[in-house]
Order: sequence, then structure tokens, then C-alpha cells
Amino acid sequence: MKKTKFIILIIPLILIFFNLSSPQEKPVPLPPTEIKAFDSPNDNGHSISVTWKLSPDDGAGKNNVVAYEILRAESPEGEFEVRGMVPSGENLFDDKGSREKEDKNYLPSHKNYYYKIRAKADNIFSESEVSNPAFAYGQWYHTGKTPVLAGVIIFSIFALTFITLARKGKKLYIRPLPGIEAVDEAVGRATEMGKPILYVLGLGTASDIATIASFTILNRIAKITAEHRTTILVPCYDSVVMAAAQETVRAGYLEAGRPDIYKEENVFFVTSMQFAYVAGVNGLMLREKPATNFYLGKFYAESLLLAETGSIAGSIQISGTDEIAQIPFFIAATDYTLIGEELYAASAYLGKEPVLLGTLKAQDWGKAVVIICLILGALAASFHFQFFLNLFRVQL
Amino acid sequence: MRRTLPFALVTGVGFFMLVQYFIPKEEFEIAYEWILDWTIVIGCFAMLLGLWSLTRVNISKVQRKTPGWGYSLIAIAGMVFMLLVGFIPGQKSLERGSIFMLLFEYIYIPIQATMFSLLAFYVASAAYRAFRARTILATILLLSAIIIMLRLVPLGPLSEINQWLANFILTVPNMAAKRAFWIGVGLGVTATSLKILLGIERTYMGRD
Repeated sequence: MKKTKFIILIIPLILIFFNLSSPQEKPVPLPPTEIKAFDSPNDNGHSISVTWKLSPDDGAGKNNVVAYEILRAESPEGEFEVRGMVPSGENLFDDKGSREKEDKNYLPSHKNYYYKIRAKADNIFSESEVSNPAFAYGQWYHTGKTPVLAGVIIFSIFALTFITLARKGKKLYIRPLPGIEAVDEAVGRATEMGKPILYVLGLGTASDIATIASFTILNRIAKITAEHRTTILVPCYDSVVMAAAQETVRAGYLEAGRPDIYKEENVFFVTSMQFAYVAGVNGLMLREKPATNFYLGKFYAESLLLAETGSIAGSIQISGTDEIAQIPFFIAATDYTLIGEELYAASAYLGKEPVLLGTLKAQDWGKAVVIICLILGALAASFHFQFFLNLFRVQL
Repeated sequence: MRRTLPFALVTGVGFFMLVQYFIPKEEFEIAYEWILDWTIVIGCFAMLLGLWSLTRVNISKVQRKTPGWGYSLIAIAGMVFMLLVGFIPGQKSLERGSIFMLLFEYIYIPIQATMFSLLAFYVASAAYRAFRARTILATILLLSAIIIMLRLVPLGPLSEINQWLANFILTVPNMAAKRAFWIGVGLGVTATSLKILLGIERTYMGRD
């Protein structure tokens, strides 16, 4: 009886062993067809794209294709080298090369290349025919950025139209901004108290538009302080910003006709380390007790540290930034906040020059166009009007 | 001349940067990178200006014995000491274990962390001021903040409702406001860039 049981158990095991160890004939997948190579659009001239028709065994037939391997050679009979791999179901590969001659991955412009595609199923594969020759070349225009170009042109037309109208003397209504209207009051308070004004340009560099916008506001405020003979202190985080801020403040004093009271040492460099800068400026606030603090420019985690210390020092505080994460902190801790675009508009408000007001009006018209496009876009998306939506699609 | 040449440079380089954004050709890419390299070089030279400014302002404070001149003295001493330590012969100052790096890691970084930690207390005091329900808007702000803060707290059967409310606040009114903000900033940046390119706004260059 025991012997019979043993035989019943051992026979299936032997069968399973031989079944697993014997070599299996795996079916070779059919190769992909219609291999087309062409220059990649909108690039610097060092990339070739390849497309193909999927293998009949990809997702159908034997359904055993797991990936496609892309091979490249300098001639149809030449030695093909593997350039990359894409998973099954995909039929596009961008063979992106380097533009540096010393680079191993260098792909020169205007040189013909040939491609082959391998349909892979585990360790076996089948190769396609060789593609047509293709060479890479750089384009003179990035077609994917057309919506951006259209936006820039439309906005420029608005701006130039309103600047021309303003120059001709047309009165432009601009809605008031409480933060800007408080500037005169803030400078007046400093004058009455005999205390300085602190102007913080933030952590931005001279190439940040927010910092440049802040320079223009600084110029207007420096002019007002010069007229009131009030000291303005500008601690800087970046040495290039410091150099530009010195020129800006000096220009403000010159415009006010008081270059004699301008002191270069009042616009000074502190450090380029974020929290060391905060420590320096906070120390200055607590020692000098400025009557008014301006925080206008690019701010990060230091915004609240500065604004709260200013609040403790009892200063009137006006802030403004285009960093959305810092806006709540400024709103909570300062008296007036210029939110986003108001920072860019502030210089025009303070200057009241018609040319600057023209660009401000253009901004408002730009917003109107955006609102109309948003409404039309929502309708187009709801009614599947794809053509309209594609007009706004940007490819980078 | 003092303003004409810088203005010509700003306009020329500015228009080039605008145009190159739309031209992917290699030559434009190389020129763009070349200009970016120049900004780094200029930044390095400007660092000397910063160093000069820092030294001059602090020495002046020490000489005049203005209130808090002791801090200026410490700042100058610290700067000189770090400069000297950075140039110790036979030591690679940026290598781990060098005196320069030890000072950086065990003095500067803890001080910096302390400054950053203050943020927690400042957030509490700012939140107290912001969330006082004095007006309707402040009350809405307070209620929204409570809902958002409680979304990570288990509230039993109320969790699901609170989660839905928090998601609604974040994805509908909050996202709408954020998008409006970004659109406004985008237009503002374009307007400011245009003013600079056309020479309408050039206060940052100073005056003759």
C-alpha cells in the first residue's frame, strides 16, 4: 500500500521536473513595419525622431511583444547600435543627441542616419526593415510657442496704444490702491517721529522682475524721503542689487533736488545667506526702530520673521510680493499688502506719469481678454470644441 | 552717455532674450548660455562691492560708537576670521573636516536653524492676529482655517464631511484665487518687461 502511494506521488513530480527543464520553443514576434525617421521638430538640430507601425503581435496576435529597441547606423549596411528602448504599445522615439563634439552621445546636424526597430519578446526579437535616411537640423521658429507669441503681441499692442493715448493727454482712470495711498502718510509719520524708513528689497536678484519693480518703487519713495529730509535705510541681500539700489536712491535724491543729503552708506550689503540676512535686518529694526518698513520684492521663508519683528518694533508696514506662499504672512503681519500684480503697478501709481499709467491700463485690458478667453474656454471644454482649446496649447 | 550705453545694452540683450525664446536653433542656445555665464561673472565681481560695503559700514559704526557698535565689531571680526581660516595653507577649506567647514557646520548652521525655528512662534502670533473674528471676512478666514487644519485630525463620522469641505476649499475657491493671482502676476511681469525694453522705466540706472 505504501509503495503504491509513493509511486502515485513521485510520478507527477518527475513529470513536472522534466516539463520545467526541457527547452520550450518560444514564438518569435512579427517585426514592426513602416519605419519612418525624420528631424525632430522645434529643436536645436541634434535630435531625430522615429515612428513605426506596431508589430501585429503587440496587443494582438501572439501578444508577446514587451518592448521595442531602437537601433541607429550611419549607413543601411553599417553597424547598428542600440539608442534606446520604449515599452510595447508605443511607436515614437526621439533620438536626442548632444551638441558637444566631445560628448559620447554627440549627434551632428545635417548627417544622414538610418534606423531599425526590434520587437522584443523576452530574449528573442525580430528586426524591422531599415528606415529612410534622416538628418537633424535646427529650426528658426518654435511652433509650439505660438500662443505665447500671440499673447505677447496682443499685450504689446494694448500697451503701445494706451501709452500713445496717455501721451496725447487722454485721462486714464486707475482704481486706487490703499497700500500705495498710505506711502505719503508713512513717510510723513517717519518725518514727524524723526525716525528712519526701512526699505527691504527681499531676497531676489537683479534679474528678478519683482526686484526690478521694487527698484522703481524705491526710486519714488527715495524722492519723497529726500523732500522730507527723512533717512532711508536699504539693507541688501545681493551685491548687484545693492549697486543698483544705490543708483536708484541717488536718482531719487537728485530728482528731489537734494543730492547733498544722499548717503551711500545707507544703502548697504548685509549678507547673501537667508537667515543671517534676517538676523541682520531684524537687529537693525530693533535698534533703529524705524517708523515705516517697506518689504517689496521677492520674499521666501523670511517674510514673516521680518514682518513680525517690524510689528514688535511698532513700525507701520507696507509689503508686496509676487510669491503666493508669502502673501498670507504679509497680510497677517503688515498693515498694507500689495498682492501680486499690484507690486508691478505700484511704481506707476506713485509716479503718476502718463506713460506708466498707459501700461497699467494695458494690464487691465489684458485681464479682460484673459477673462473672456476663460469663459470661452470653459464653454469649449463643455461642448468638446477641441479646435478652440488647441489654440491655447503651449509645447515647450 | 552714462545712461545711453547701459540702456542700449539692456534693450539689445533684452530683445535678444525675448527673440531667442522663440528660436530653438543651436546658435541662439549657445548665445543664451553665454549671456547667463556673464551674469555669474558679473555677480562674482559685484561680490567684492558687497564686501567693501559691509566692511565700510561696520567700521564706520565702530568708529562712531553708534548704538550696537559691538555687533558691528563682531561682524567684522567674524568676516576676517572666516577669510583667514579659508586661506589656511595646505587645507582644502570646502572639504569635510576642515576648520572652515567645522565652523560652518557647528556654528553657522545651528544659528541659522535657530533663526528658522523662530518662525513657529511668529506663525502663532501672526495667526492670532489674523484669525480674530472682528469682521465677516476675518470670520470666514477663521472658519476656513479650522476646517483645513482639522482635515488631518481623526474626527470619527465627521471626518468624511470635513475632508470633503477641506478639499472643496482647496480646489475651488483657493485654486481660483491662486490662478487669478498667477494671471495678474504674468501680466504684471510682461508689462514691466515691456517698460524696461522700451526704456519707459529706467530708474534703476540712476541719473546723469
